Amino acid sequence: MDQGSAAGTGGTFISLSDTEQRCYSGLYALCQPDSSGKLAAGKVAELFRASQLPAETLHQVTEVCGAKRLGYFGCGQFYVALKLMAAAQVGLPVRLESVAGELPLPVFVGIMNELEMRYPNHPSTNESQPHILGSLTGSAPRPPADRPVLRHPDTSMDKQEAWSPPRSPGISPPRSPSAYRSYPYGAQRNGTDTLLAHDGNVPGRLSVPQENSSPSHYSLKLQSEHPVITCVASVERLVERAEIDYSDEPWRITEEQREYYTNQFRSLQPDLNALIMGTVAKNFFTKSKLPIPELSHIWELSDVDKDGALTFPEFCTAFHLIVARKNGYPLPETLPATLRPGFVEPGVVTVPPSEATEPLIVFDDKMMPGANQLEMGSVDLQMTSRPGVTAKQDTRDESRKPEFSPKRIPDPHEKPIQRVSTLKPDSPQELDANMKSRTRPRSYSSTSIDDAMKKVEEPPTPPPRPQKTHSRASSLDLNKLFQQSGQGAKSGWLPPPPALPPRPPATQIFSFLPGSEKSSQKAVQQPNFADFSKFREEQESSVRGGLSTEDLAPPKSDSTLRHQGHAPQKPVRRKLHPESESATPPSATPYSAATLTKSTQRPPPKQKREIQMAIRKNRETNAVLTRLNSELQQQLKVVHRERVTLESQLELLRPVAST
Amino acid sequence: MAVCIAVIAKENCPLYIRSVPTQGELKFHYTVHTSLDVVEEKISGVGKALADQRELYLGLLYPTEDYKVYGYVTNSKVKFVIVVDSSNTSLRDNEIRSMFRKLHNSFTDVMCNPFYNPGDPIQSKAFDSIVSTMMVQAC
Repeated sequence: MDQGSAAGTGGTFISLSDTEQRCYSGLYALCQPDSSGKLAAGKVAELFRASQLPAETLHQVTEVCGAKRLGYFGCGQFYVALKLMAAAQVGLPVRLESVAGELPLPVFVGIMNELEMRYPNHPSTNESQPHILGSLTGSAPRPPADRPVLRHPDTSMDKQEAWSPPRSPGISPPRSPSAYRSYPYGAQRNGTDTLLAHDGNVPGRLSVPQENSSPSHYSLKLQSEHPVITCVASVERLVERAEIDYSDEPWRITEEQREYYTNQFRSLQPDLNALIMGTVAKNFFTKSKLPIPELSHIWELSDVDKDGALTFPEFCTAFHLIVARKNGYPLPETLPATLRPGFVEPGVVTVPPSEATEPLIVFDDKMMPGANQLEMGSVDLQMTSRPGVTAKQDTRDESRKPEFSPKRIPDPHEKPIQRVSTLKPDSPQELDANMKSRTRPRSYSSTSIDDAMKKVEEPPTPPPRPQKTHSRASSLDLNKLFQQSGQGAKSGWLPPPPALPPRPPATQIFSFLPGSEKSSQKAVQQPNFADFSKFREEQESSVRGGLSTEDLAPPKSDSTLRHQGHAPQKPVRRKLHPESESATPPSATPYSAATLTKSTQRPPPKQKREIQMAIRKNRETNAVLTRLNSELQQQLKVVHRERVTLESQLELLRPVAST
Repeated sequence: MAVCIAVIAKENCPLYIRSVPTQGELKFHYTVHTSLDVVEEKISGVGKALADQRELYLGLLYPTEDYKVYGYVTNSKVKFVIVVDSSNTSLRDNEIRSMFRKLHNSFTDVMCNPFYNPGDPIQSKAFDSIVSTMMVQAC
């Protein structure tokens, strides 16, 4: 170790003061360097964590000092790292420039005691700790000589063991290769106070055997109090900040955790922007041996867009919840804000805000161009879609924002319609969005939103409009009736539409004529053809009673012609009239045969059905009209009789009058 | 506004049934069970090949003096039954439809959960909360 010389990385020289040198060498020794000068990574990690700096800062430090490049901590890198950490603790950014100046020593909670154990001749280090502890635990007259100044290294081992219990829960798990790393962080951070308190207590314990040496060191410490106050203050700030940051600690994903989750995600699905299918995720999470209802609940919490698959943020959320649950934290009822997939950390509040926001800035940058792309895409699409839809889309798609971040860039147009035109990656809004009903394309219901969605997604083919039919089987005839009315079929109670498709049933209805009940009517039918057009003009809805027999429409032919009731057939009928007047029903049949031949060429099965419906209706009208007919016939008879009687009376009277 | 809400699977086994506990729940269970007959009748009665979307909502299954029973069937023949108090005459058809829609939505959410096996009783808290909002409205 070079005394007072510079520790350089890449040629930069950083000067170390004596105190720093001593401190750093102590720390260096603490980290168990091997023969080649490399430091044990575990110890280094332990030391770094004891510095109470956030993980991002530590990564920065590692990077800047060159250890990342080298892959290990050599002496130089270590020293630079210590300097950088000191700078970070004071509040300077982790840069090589910042370590050029004079800095207080870096503070490592829990480590300092060990240092003092080993290197009792470092008054500065001695001061730092008790003052830190004093300020934190509030016990001022710390018998500072508990500084095990005179302890031998072997006894320091005991203390190390004594120390290890408070720290082991914080330290041993991180060394485990498995994934549950939130625990050490949680325990460490939540137990920050306890750890510090314990640090305060253990020196108390240690002090007992050392009271004899206390006065001497106490005086030393009092002298060098001042330089350390700044260090203390920084630590206080750190602790406060730590408490603020880690108040909702269990639900905040740290960088290391995120890296681990990323690796796990990659093991399931190489593409970070793709989805993990539900079954795959299920198998994976079942390995965690949590009970299925809890896993189900975790899934419900983390699958924000409810698509049965996990995006990368959702996966991180789920994994984090599982880890937390494994470590004993009860599952929340709703998703904490920090775990929402769209959550963007507002920059870790601790010391180097610039570095902490760098990764987040990258994230935001990724979001913004993606957002712009999507805005463009969605705006373009919305030009074509209805403007009224976008409002609904906005509300619906806010809940899709969580999956925006990883998926935005690669597939900006895969789900463009579902993306909001204005992206607002604010957690409060996502809160609202999550509170709103989950939105996904729901194809089953006939809500206006879904219809709108359908219209937007498939502009050319709107869903087929259901016909205005009765959904119940209340009146099948009515259904068919309406259908036929659309196609030109009419009942006896509807006025004929002006232009109708050609109807072939004339022949069939003619064929019914022989089978008609009222065969006597047939003779009547023919002369009535002449009046039939008149009849039709007169609104077939009711047969006029009291009219002459001519107006009695033969039910069959009436309905026949009504059903035909359109221009092409009218001339046929008119042709029929002169024919029928002179013709007999048999003569009509050759005509009917002619029409039959004409019609047989046409009927598709649909028309057959219509024909059958028409036939049924005709039968009904037939029945009604025959009844009416019979009544009128009776009236006719009555009237006839009256007429006869009156005529006879007249004749009786006339010879009287004539004479 | 419901007094009782039930979700019945395709095989007519109940997946979820919950009622306002003021009156005997058994009575509602029985009502839901009997309403299944009416649902079956409606499903088979319509019997068209094309599954009309509006037919998901079956409407009023039958009214009794105390309450009315409404039904809804999904495309996978999962039935939702809502029993409403007859004194709530202000309930319109659209409101019942919207209640069914919400039920259906949350039901699909439950289905999407890969840890849910179809045929299991529904234990999702989200589903429970939706149902409670619909039942709380009644009170």
